[in-house]
Amino acid sequence: MREQAGFVVELEKFSGPLDLLLHLIREDEVDITDLPVAKIADQFLAVINELGLNQAADYLEMAARLLRIKAQLLLPRRLGDDEWEDPRAELVRRLLEYQQIRELVDWLGHAADVRAERFGRGYEAPPPDAPPAPLHIDLNDVLAAAERVIALMPDPNLHHRVVPRPLDVEGATARINALLAEREQFAWSDVVGPAATIVDVLSAFIALLELAKRSSLTLSQQEPFGPMVITRATPREAA
Amino acid sequence: MQPLAKLLEAALFAASRPLPLEELASLEPGAGELALRAALDEIRSMYGEEHGVELVEIAEGWQFLTRREYAETIERAQFALRPRRLSPAALETLAIIAYRQPVGRLEVDEIRGVDSGAVIDKLLERGLIEVVTRGAGLGRPLLYGTTPSFLEILGLKDLEDLPRLEELSVALRRPTPIDEPE
Repeated sequence: MREQAGFVVELEKFSGPLDLLLHLIREDEVDITDLPVAKIADQFLAVINELGLNQAADYLEMAARLLRIKAQLLLPRRLGDDEWEDPRAELVRRLLEYQQIRELVDWLGHAADVRAERFGRGYEAPPPDAPPAPLHIDLNDVLAAAERVIALMPDPNLHHRVVPRPLDVEGATARINALLAEREQFAWSDVVGPAATIVDVLSAFIALLELAKRSSLTLSQQEPFGPMVITRATPREAA
Repeated sequence: MQPLAKLLEAALFAASRPLPLEELASLEPGAGELALRAALDEIRSMYGEEHGVELVEIAEGWQFLTRREYAETIERAQFALRPRRLSPAALETLAIIAYRQPVGRLEVDEIRGVDSGAVIDKLLERGLIEVVTRGAGLGRPLLYGTTPSFLEILGLKDLEDLPRLEELSVALRRPTPIDEPE
């Protein structure tokens, strides 16, 4: 993403998905009432791709809405169909309404700036920062918090920390398929290797389950907690 | 200067907030509204351009305020500081509440396209909005409206001072009913 960032947008600058949409519309100098949804949706997705998931919910909801409208616009419609309602109508209405709010924001901001330049009597310095709300905690909360902190403390013997990365199920699937092509039967340790990270283990496990579901292989265990044996499925068993 | 004007001047000097006409009337129960207004006009024109402070009609009342041109110098000397500016999110929420009041959180969220709970809590804490009533809908949601402090920080006389929607360049052609289906 970073290399191809034709426009770099900081989401902190925006107060919400509508604000971001308006920004894109202004950049493109397009007419809100005749919104080029496909183009705007692509740009919108490109921007939120960079977003951390925790603040993304509202943006993702808007992205889904844009894609739905895009899909609706692609559906063929009969000529002279009076019932047809532009799927963009609701979004356009909201954008116009929001644009009006933004204009009011400018007005209010200016009014507040002008007012701030006149002082009344009895000036009191504003508190440096709102005092934090009093804590309501009990012993269990403290213990739980202490445990979390201790868990976060780095192991003094640790020299290298592996950066967490998303599961690579596709990679694991490819690795297992390679093993399957090579050998009739192999062990779990062959799949993940000797120094597997939690991410490797999870990826490999999901890939194994998926392949077992597709009847590409069978999984067996001789005893509880025993080593897992992976066996290539015979072709006629494959669904 | 009339005795009533002197009295009002003293009261306005003593108060550190805008005083509405009804409160000023309590100073001199015999005086009618016309007399009070005439006295206020007298004070206002007396201060005119000749003084560093002026009498300003604000937040449904009257208050002595310093002239704008001295803001920077006063601030540099740290006798008084300009309040911190409101965030765009706070102004958006205020704008919606000011124009739609009484209005519930859901409608504010709807218009802004984001969750506004935290912003509303902050505005409540700063006293710029207040709970005015409860809605009829499910769960009887709290409905919010603006307070005199809102007018005060914006330097408005009253809500009529806000721009009319049709004066904005993007006036909506059709108002949006609250219960419009999605």
